[in-house]
Amino acid sequence: MTGRAWTHRAARRFGGALAVLFTVATLAFIALQFIPGDPAEAALGGPGSQASAAALEAARVEFGLDRPVLVQYFDFLWRLVRGDLGVSYAQRIPVTQVIANAVGPTFVLAGTALLMAWLLALISVVVASGRSRGARAVASAIDLTAAAMPNFWLASLLVLLFASVLGWFPAVSTGGFDGLVLPALALAIPTAGFIAQVCRAGVDGARQAPFIESARSRGETELGLRLRHVLRHGIVPGLNMTAWSLGSLLSGAAVIEVIFARAGLGRTLVTAVLGRDVPVVLGVVLFSALAYIVVALVTDIAIARVDPRTEAKLAEAVPHA
Amino acid sequence: MRRASGAGDAREAATPGAATRARAGTVRRRFAATEWIAFAVLGVLALCAALPALLAPYAPLAVNPAEAFSAPSWAHPFGTDDSGRDVLSRVVYGARDSLTIGVVATLLGLASGIVLGALAGGSRGLALAPVRVVADRTIEALFAFPGLLLALLLITVWGPSVGSVIVAVAVSTAPGFARMVRGGVRQALGSGAVEAARLQGDRLPRLWSTLVLPEAMRPVLVLATLGVGHAVVLAAALGFLGLGSPPPAPEWGSMLNAGRPYLTKAWWMTFFPGAMILLVGIATTVAGRAFEDGRRFR
Amino acid sequence: MNRILARVENLTVRFPTSSAPAVDGVSVTVHAGECVALVGESGSGKTLTARALLGLLPASAVAEFDRLDVVDERGELEPAPAARSRDWTRIRGARAGLVPQDALGALDPLRRVEHEVGDALRLHRVASGRARRQLVAAALTAAGVPEPERRMRQRADELSGGLKQRALVASALIAGPELIVADEPTTALDAGHRGRVLAELRRRVDGGAGALLITHDLASALGTADRVLVMRHGRIIEAGRPDRVLRDPEHPFTRELLTASPAGRPRGARLLPAEPGTRGEAPAHQGSPATEGPVERASTTVAPRLALESVAVSFGAHRVLDGVDLAVAPGETVGLVGESGSGKTTLLRVALGLHRPDAGTVRVDGVDRSAASTRERRELRRRIAFVPQDPLDSFPRGATGGEVLRDALRAAGAPRAARGTRAQALAHEVGLAAQLLERPATSLSGGQRQRIAIARALARDPELLLLDEPVSALDVTVQARVLDLLDELQRRRGTAYLLVSHDLEVIRHMSDRVLRLEAGVVSAG
Repeated sequence: MTGRAWTHRAARRFGGALAVLFTVATLAFIALQFIPGDPAEAALGGPGSQASAAALEAARVEFGLDRPVLVQYFDFLWRLVRGDLGVSYAQRIPVTQVIANAVGPTFVLAGTALLMAWLLALISVVVASGRSRGARAVASAIDLTAAAMPNFWLASLLVLLFASVLGWFPAVSTGGFDGLVLPALALAIPTAGFIAQVCRAGVDGARQAPFIESARSRGETELGLRLRHVLRHGIVPGLNMTAWSLGSLLSGAAVIEVIFARAGLGRTLVTAVLGRDVPVVLGVVLFSALAYIVVALVTDIAIARVDPRTEAKLAEAVPHA
Repeated sequence: MRRASGAGDAREAATPGAATRARAGTVRRRFAATEWIAFAVLGVLALCAALPALLAPYAPLAVNPAEAFSAPSWAHPFGTDDSGRDVLSRVVYGARDSLTIGVVATLLGLASGIVLGALAGGSRGLALAPVRVVADRTIEALFAFPGLLLALLLITVWGPSVGSVIVAVAVSTAPGFARMVRGGVRQALGSGAVEAARLQGDRLPRLWSTLVLPEAMRPVLVLATLGVGHAVVLAAALGFLGLGSPPPAPEWGSMLNAGRPYLTKAWWMTFFPGAMILLVGIATTVAGRAFEDGRRFR
Repeated sequence: MNRILARVENLTVRFPTSSAPAVDGVSVTVHAGECVALVGESGSGKTLTARALLGLLPASAVAEFDRLDVVDERGELEPAPAARSRDWTRIRGARAGLVPQDALGALDPLRRVEHEVGDALRLHRVASGRARRQLVAAALTAAGVPEPERRMRQRADELSGGLKQRALVASALIAGPELIVADEPTTALDAGHRGRVLAELRRRVDGGAGALLITHDLASALGTADRVLVMRHGRIIEAGRPDRVLRDPEHPFTRELLTASPAGRPRGARLLPAEPGTRGEAPAHQGSPATEGPVERASTTVAPRLALESVAVSFGAHRVLDGVDLAVAPGETVGLVGESGSGKTTLLRVALGLHRPDAGTVRVDGVDRSAASTRERRELRRRIAFVPQDPLDSFPRGATGGEVLRDALRAAGAPRAARGTRAQALAHEVGLAAQLLERPATSLSGGQRQRIAIARALARDPELLLLDEPVSALDVTVQARVLDLLDELQRRRGTAYLLVSHDLEVIRHMSDRVLRLEAGVVSAG
């Protein structure tokens, strides 16, 4: 791809990402309008709080709930632009502060899991590539099982085996590398299954492509075919799934952090959901969507350098989380 | 090629590609053994959901404190839980809750995905540009919410209930369906067949009903099958977090949640409900792929 | 005779899925300093024979032979290595080069052209670094690629089909192989570049290499090769020097191949004799007011069936059509030649009313289409029919030929009860047996599908047929029969044709006037 075409595409993508971000915020605002009952009451701890009429009125003014919906909408957008996500009902501190406190451990967890997932997926693909039909069928069955595995159940099984029976790793993740292994593995295995499935399809497609035959006709060795041609074609579809993987890892973190009693965004979110702390839930979800959009933007632009072909074909292949 | 008697064009030898396609056109693809197993598993699960009393040895809510935490045995193949309820029976009855949530959520997600996808893919020309832009952006924006997180947001808004779970799961799966339908509609609208129909003067309603929609809906059976698996897992995750059916109900995710404190003491409380979720996931994927291959062959 | 570079004796190739062998007892020898052409239609086994010489048969193929010898890395004739042997990697690319058949898919879309073309140099340690780059640029130039420095930095997917094919020629020849196997090396090229590639091949042969040229085009084989082998149904049916094959073909199929070529055949001359029992005298087809008798020729007093006046179309900053003038008179055939990317497709879409031009006027029978009412436009549209390049793509999925024709008759306004018999009449008119109408279109041959597409276009008795590359995907003899059919239909019905093709020979044979479309401008050809 020529430099100009690439810059053009990058600019177009960036504009697209901004538009999606705006739509995400709008959808979130629309969802908020569906909260049943009095939002001011929710802000004060729900119907059980027995708040006085004066307290409700004060809360209404405090959270701007007394103004017309359209004004609230623009106010909401304007606050988002300034990075103001409101104040947690439960903790009474800014939601940005809540997120900032929790984001580090979650990114460490998700990053480790992503690396592990790629490692597992590549091992599975490379080992099985070019083997007998039977070996490839076994590898596909493993991918399939891994991808269908509910991570919360897998986490329980890992705890049972490695913490309770073998005692190699702690069942509670308090920090440090020891505590990271089991949660990261529980997140990585299903993701690895998906990545491996997509990469394997790419590899199998490339093995039958006519350019393999023409490379062979130039005297390329079987190893060279695998490294220079087949593997690249296998990895690109997997890279295309990076943003999706991150999204599914963040989703998964919500459950996994609860199971391992690990601090992080996910556990903060679940606690907020159970306590109906709307600003925190909204903030975390919007933050995750932002992370997804940024990662999708970066990988898309980066992939344009590796693979100049049209992007649509591969994007459509991504499974939904 | 020998001259076929009566066929006027017999001397125009069919190209090899045409020959293989011809064979594929007449021969029905057979399903492999694993695919039959997947169909059978789904059949049994459907039976569990429809008539659980037929397959479950005990009532799902029958408490028997004397037998609490019994390991798997002939009397209780999957063991018993903390209240002495039979896990196998609860798993069988749980199929009703879990599969109903999965199927209803998938249908709901599918329906909204089809509408959204058809609007995004079918709105062509300047006049319909606003419709297309809104539909396109909505699809992309819904995609940007990681699935479970969007569901969590919606459940926070509506409060935890089975209904919330169904809608939340449906909204999370809709953009995937919408993208597929949008791609199918765009492809069909640009196809030679639609062009030929336009050239012979056919109008829009006819084009859509005879060519565009049938073409765009072709992958939908496959997607719906795969989608049920995703939906069951997603619903179970919500149940596991205590946001689905209230506790005594035998939903698989809630059962996992209930078994968590007793993981080391009664692993079967966790293992069997989870294994069922895994089984649904694998079976729907294999069946979905089988449909996909069958479709390609036809 | 010079030394032998490759030799196979009594080669048989079978596929487990088929009882008949794909190659059946073929022997081929390639000497140094000679070019052997292997000619045949699709499915004749010519590609499999060539691939067997380089050990590149598909994995599912089972090959048997009495003897298979190929030059080894020192240039001596030795028994060929086993199919998956590593020894092949020292021969292929260095001693033996292959120009693969599929120009569109044979370059890795993820690698730069420089690396794809220079691979043989790297693998056989001929040159590296800057020296390799210079050799790659030189090889691309020799194969007719303009701006080689720029093309080298691009990836295969950014090249047009013609450029890809030339790059493939360069990649096969770059390490100076003695044995060159070229499988349809010019299918994506226009006449000028075709000549250039064949000349480069000839230059290598005159310099001492041996070449095996696989082609469906007997005429170009006769012009290039020293020896011609004609294959059919897996067997060699004719072998000899080009002048002898041309003057005195032994096998009836060779004769058919020779006469089927439209090159140099005057307008209106039948290419192949009519087949007995299929298309006799024209039956009176029901319900169509066809012009019987001699064709009325172009006349200046009648309004043209179709007239494009200063038509311009742009896509963004790219000007696709730049002031096109074109007119088709009643009953005449106008041929339009143009390479891919010249704007042919856009011109057809404008003529069909599928695309509104940015400037200019389109008139049908003298009526300005942009000024016409919706109803009038519908009526005007009825007078023009279209035969697409890929008929199968234009049929609804899974439809039978009969369904396609009956649907076209419905759209043309035929009453339901009459559609069945009229569909059969149409099929008869295009020389298609009635029972074929009940088979799915996917199970028909390319020629049969094209006949259905033509019959569909005739369903509404159009006054003008637009034909978009109607024979480009067909074998030579099938092409001849379709061209004969088009000629005959025109004579009988008086329909005007606008025939678009990249093949100048087809255009010359079929057309009263030839126009050339180049960079969005039409000129007399």
